[in-house]
Amino acid sequence: MIEKLIMYLQYPFVRYALIVGVLIALCSSLLGVTLVLKRFSFIGDGLSHVAFGAMALAAVLNITNDMLLILPVTIAGAVILLRTGQNAKIKGDAAVAMVSVASLAFGYLIMNVFSTSSNLSGDVCSTLFGSTSILTLTKKEVLICMILSVLVVVFFVLFYNKIFAVTFDENFSKATGVRTEAYNLMIAVVIAVIIVLAMNLVGSLLISALVIFPALSAMRLFKNFKSVTICSAILSVVCALVGIAVSIVAGTPVGSTIVGIDTLAFGMCWLLGTIRGGIVK
Amino acid sequence: MALITVRDLSLGYENRIIIEKLNFTVNAGDYLCIMGENGSGKSTLIKTLLNLKSPLAGEILIGEGLMKNEIGYLPQQTVVQRDFPASVKEIVVSGCQSQCGLRPFYNKKEREIAQKNMERMGILKLQNRCYRELSGGQQQRVLLARALCATRKILLLDEPVSGLDPKVTAEMYSLIAGLNDEGITVIMISHDLSAALQYADHILHIGASVFFGTRKEYIKSEAGKSFLLQQKAGGNI
Ligand SMILES: Nc1ncnc2c1ncn2[C@@H]1O[C@H](COP(=O)(O)OP(=O)(O)OP(=O)(O)O)[C@@H](O)[C@H]1O
Ligand SMILES: [Mg+2]
Repeated sequence: MIEKLIMYLQYPFVRYALIVGVLIALCSSLLGVTLVLKRFSFIGDGLSHVAFGAMALAAVLNITNDMLLILPVTIAGAVILLRTGQNAKIKGDAAVAMVSVASLAFGYLIMNVFSTSSNLSGDVCSTLFGSTSILTLTKKEVLICMILSVLVVVFFVLFYNKIFAVTFDENFSKATGVRTEAYNLMIAVVIAVIIVLAMNLVGSLLISALVIFPALSAMRLFKNFKSVTICSAILSVVCALVGIAVSIVAGTPVGSTIVGIDTLAFGMCWLLGTIRGGIVK
Repeated sequence: MALITVRDLSLGYENRIIIEKLNFTVNAGDYLCIMGENGSGKSTLIKTLLNLKSPLAGEILIGEGLMKNEIGYLPQQTVVQRDFPASVKEIVVSGCQSQCGLRPFYNKKEREIAQKNMERMGILKLQNRCYRELSGGQQQRVLLARALCATRKILLLDEPVSGLDPKVTAEMYSLIAGLNDEGITVIMISHDLSAALQYADHILHIGASVFFGTRKEYIKSEAGKSFLLQQKAGGNI
């Protein structure tokens, strides 16, 4: 089995897949804690459906570099969802559900009506669940992915303390002159970028798992923000590596395999946390 | 011009008015105590002063170049999610965030301020504990330490001693009085009349009858008299 892996590693496309997988896993785990704690996890879900709609549109319009359409549309979606989330009249959850379901339907509809492809359900399935497309990445796509990931990581490190302050107590931060609105906006934009990135890896239906599972797992084990963040980053990267390796060797779909491993890791962390909690108490 | 001037301020939620035509001023170095029954709008007033909520009518004028990042604030309740992983140290130092501007990390001085304030509040030993696992009084001290980290010119406290034991309560009051002596303006909500009469120099009483004036005027006023009577009666039961 190891031989088989080493053999696969000779191929550049497998190496690309691993690099991209690790980077995406790292990015998606970083903001997971904030998403979970700010009750933004729905937004992640909603945004991925918006991204799906944009992707369908890009496919139908035959835009060669679909990132150019998907990224701005998803960012706009993030900003709008964040705004409506703060509006007391329309409940945040309901707004997210509305936008997300509508874009899902819209995406499928236009794909169905205008698609020139002969294998429509295959196309839809791969955008929803991620495909083997991670194994067919071009050098340019890998490059874009690397640049965006580095930007996300740099943003996160530079704004780590601000993200903590705004996540922990938005009112206090605002009262003492921290520019919470600006930071919330930035967080939303970064989330949009992460989601578009992660769509390559696991497809738009499984993104939430990639974002949320590592954070939830780490929260079982650690009780301060820094450890949780570091732990969830490591967990996410390890799960992605294992997931990609398994999917190559066993020929399973990449996205679902990674999410499966993430789920497994969550189960283990939960168990560990419970046992340890039991002993400490 | 005064530090804060409140003119004809009306407060409320949606269309329900809670306070109408409120007028008062706070000068630099004042110690103002806000009193009133539960639900009379004290917390709402503080939130409006802090611009967390917009007033229904009237205006709040901020003078003497008071900047937002010179304000320390202790909320009455901080809604923290059940599982929030945050250590005491992380929370206290986050009070310095407003000083950072765009600087990404806390500098040495800010970390020292956090240490000093944890020491002041007697929570140095708890600094690596998880906030959610502390008792109510301990949590209150953490939030106070954070508020002190943010304070440069003015400190707004919403029931700072609720949940504290008598010893820490007394320490808390003398700490606040000490800060006030150093020139920091204090606005404090309290139900503790004796403390208000001991430490505050101005009193704002809101509710059915509204009063604003110095401590001496308050004792002589109608609002003060009836409130004093109530508290005495309450104490006798
Ligand atoms: N978010 C809200 N939406 C609608 N009404 C509110 C809200 N918060 C408070 N109120 C109402 O406003 C009034 C004043 O509330 P506030 O919290 O300012 O009282 P308070 O004087 O601080 O009371 P306490 O002594 O209990 O702290 C209350 O009648 C309350 O029901
Ligand atoms: Mg109150």
